[in-house]
Amino acid sequence: MEQTRTTPASTTAAPGSSNVQLFSYDEQIVRLFVLATVIWGFVGMLVGVLIALQLPFWPANLGEYLTFGRLRPLHTNAVIFAFAGNAIFAAIYYSTQRLCKARMYSDLMSRIHFWGWQAIIVAAAITLPLGLTTSKEYAELEWPIDVAIAVVWIVFAVNFFATLQRRRERHMYVALWFYIATIITVAVLHVGNSLALPVSFMKSYPIYAGVQDALVQWWYGHNAVAFFLTTPFLGLMYYFLPKAAERPVFSYRLSIVHFWSLVFIYIWAGPHHLNYTAVPEWAVTLGMLFSVMLWMPSWGGMINGLFTLRGAWHKLRDSVVLKMFVIGITFYGMSTFEGPMLSVKSVNALSHFTDWTIGHVHSGALGWNGFMTFGMIYWLLPRLWRTKLWSERLANAHFWTGTLGILLYVLAMYASGITQGLMWRAFDEAGRLMYPDFMETVVQIVPMYWVRLIGGLLYLSGVVMLMVNVYMTIRQAPKSLPDPTFAAPAPAAAAQPAAA
Amino acid sequence: MARFIKPNGLHRRLEGWPLVFTVLVTISILVGGLVEYLPMVLIDDSVQRIESVRPFTPLELAGRDIYIREGCNNCHSQTVRPFRHELERYGEYTKAGETVYERPFLWGSKRTGPDLYRVGGKYPHLWHVRHMEDPRSTSPRSIMPPYPWLLEKPLKLDDLPRKLRVLQRLGTPYSEVEIAQAVDDARRQAREIAAEVEAQGGPAGLADREIVALVAYLQRLGTDIRTAETAPAPSAPAPSGPAPSAPAPSGPALAAGE
Repeated sequence: MEQTRTTPASTTAAPGSSNVQLFSYDEQIVRLFVLATVIWGFVGMLVGVLIALQLPFWPANLGEYLTFGRLRPLHTNAVIFAFAGNAIFAAIYYSTQRLCKARMYSDLMSRIHFWGWQAIIVAAAITLPLGLTTSKEYAELEWPIDVAIAVVWIVFAVNFFATLQRRRERHMYVALWFYIATIITVAVLHVGNSLALPVSFMKSYPIYAGVQDALVQWWYGHNAVAFFLTTPFLGLMYYFLPKAAERPVFSYRLSIVHFWSLVFIYIWAGPHHLNYTAVPEWAVTLGMLFSVMLWMPSWGGMINGLFTLRGAWHKLRDSVVLKMFVIGITFYGMSTFEGPMLSVKSVNALSHFTDWTIGHVHSGALGWNGFMTFGMIYWLLPRLWRTKLWSERLANAHFWTGTLGILLYVLAMYASGITQGLMWRAFDEAGRLMYPDFMETVVQIVPMYWVRLIGGLLYLSGVVMLMVNVYMTIRQAPKSLPDPTFAAPAPAAAAQPAAA
Repeated sequence: MARFIKPNGLHRRLEGWPLVFTVLVTISILVGGLVEYLPMVLIDDSVQRIESVRPFTPLELAGRDIYIREGCNNCHSQTVRPFRHELERYGEYTKAGETVYERPFLWGSKRTGPDLYRVGGKYPHLWHVRHMEDPRSTSPRSIMPPYPWLLEKPLKLDDLPRKLRVLQRLGTPYSEVEIAQAVDDARRQAREIAAEVEAQGGPAGLADREIVALVAYLQRLGTDIRTAETAPAPSAPAPSGPAPSAPAPSGPALAAGE
């Protein structure tokens, strides 16, 4: 272990005083990821609105390539990997450089990561409507694209870890812990779940079958939620929330405890997606148990976030960034309570296969991922483009429209899910199914699908407001945006006394 | 523990060692996977085999791949849970041994439409043809999109030998003869189904269209254990079962949680 202390490699002679080094941050890469986030967010949510319309209004299925069955994976992939993906990359590239007091290890690798990732998204947007899919949720992309994802991810990982090596800050801040967990785990999950034997250029069969395939898929699927939509966003929270609130994080100890328990426990929770299926009883029971345990580390993150605002709550009045973070963290808390609850078998018996699940994931995706992203972007815009945000009022309008949109969306899905779940299991006095015709249970919830559509449209119009604000802010930005230069003591061992 | 998380404790030192930190994270995330998932994947006997469960025929496999292409699994689940109401609505609950040739599994996570695990034999072939062409012709008020192109697009069978070969390598017991004759076999089954559709009063000339493959697959779904169970067990018919197909639910003890 000793040698790891002397890791930082950059020994280039510092200009000026003996121990001080000059360096700059790559801000252009962050700007690129921010723009990609906004554009893909709009696209992904537009597809979401279309498929939300297709449910109550089937003629909105526009021919062979644009049916619900083909667009739903496009929507989920676009929102998870394109919108949230680019958002976490923006967060990681911005905060890692600052937390390490070092420029990213390689600008070229950063560009390969950015353009490679966008190419993957475009490939997804082409192949999924063509019906080229593995069918495995959130892992629908066929094997050549899976290979590309693995390659780009490795480039990202090398670039990130090499930057850690060259850091000028001795200790890694908690955000970096979450980024490490993200990069490692997503790689393991993606490779483990995508193993398949190709039949042709765009067709393959998985090496797992039946029960095994189901278990591996939900090991992946659940932890995609954990390590693509949770841990990187917690890292984002730990960096940007204290910055925006100008307060230190509430508790260092809590961050240690909840980090390690979260990364350990999350992996076990996957089988709760398979309650009452042919998967062995012991596996799903274990999955349920760990899901319930997961509640605490999740709330550790929420508490550490919200309590960071202690004594600073008045700042919410003037800061749309903080308002968005608070809504985001609150939705994180609600959906991480709901998740364990839905994993409990007796609740799951009712909720599974219904819209309740859809409501749950959207409270996470729209509430937590969406609003954390928006908060970050509104905070970054004036800093990255070195000008004022074009309109605070429009940003506030975005906040309220989006919040209302989520509420309508989620409530509609709860109502629809519980209604249909109860109808499926209802027996009449003679002991026969009360609604033996499945159609009766569908017709009943169609009005809720319209309400959900309105909620989705409101949320999407909030994103349009964001796009306008981004565009107008960039228009008023200075023509040239050179990377700022900083000075810091040379890294390392020599300069660092033992006391740290 | 207290010493570990002190402001200047062990964890503080760990934060200065990215390599060690990363190794510890990796171990933490691997434990759950190793304990919970790996045994199922590695131990071949972890799933109880059922004698009567056979691999899909070449045509059914082609139909299954069309099912995947159209994303049917986004709205239809394929796994019946052991609840009384599901047994009544759909039929016998899904056994692990029935799923051994499902590559990939298609259990789904949402029932916008009904579960399809036991749909095989529930309706005549013609019903499925009509339903795909215009769902509202068989199911008024249905919200399902129509799939008229399935009745028009030519059925591609030439890649079947390769598909069977890949599945054989992965462990599905297709014989060399089956692989060699896959295309002929699929054509024969397609003609049979098309003839039956025509005999039932449906359109002619569907034998080389995609729809016959999909019908073949749907009609196969969940039927493998029926042949097994009807033979030895003279089980009473399911009380008020919706379909004539549903065998008697034999696992009432499992129908807990109601």
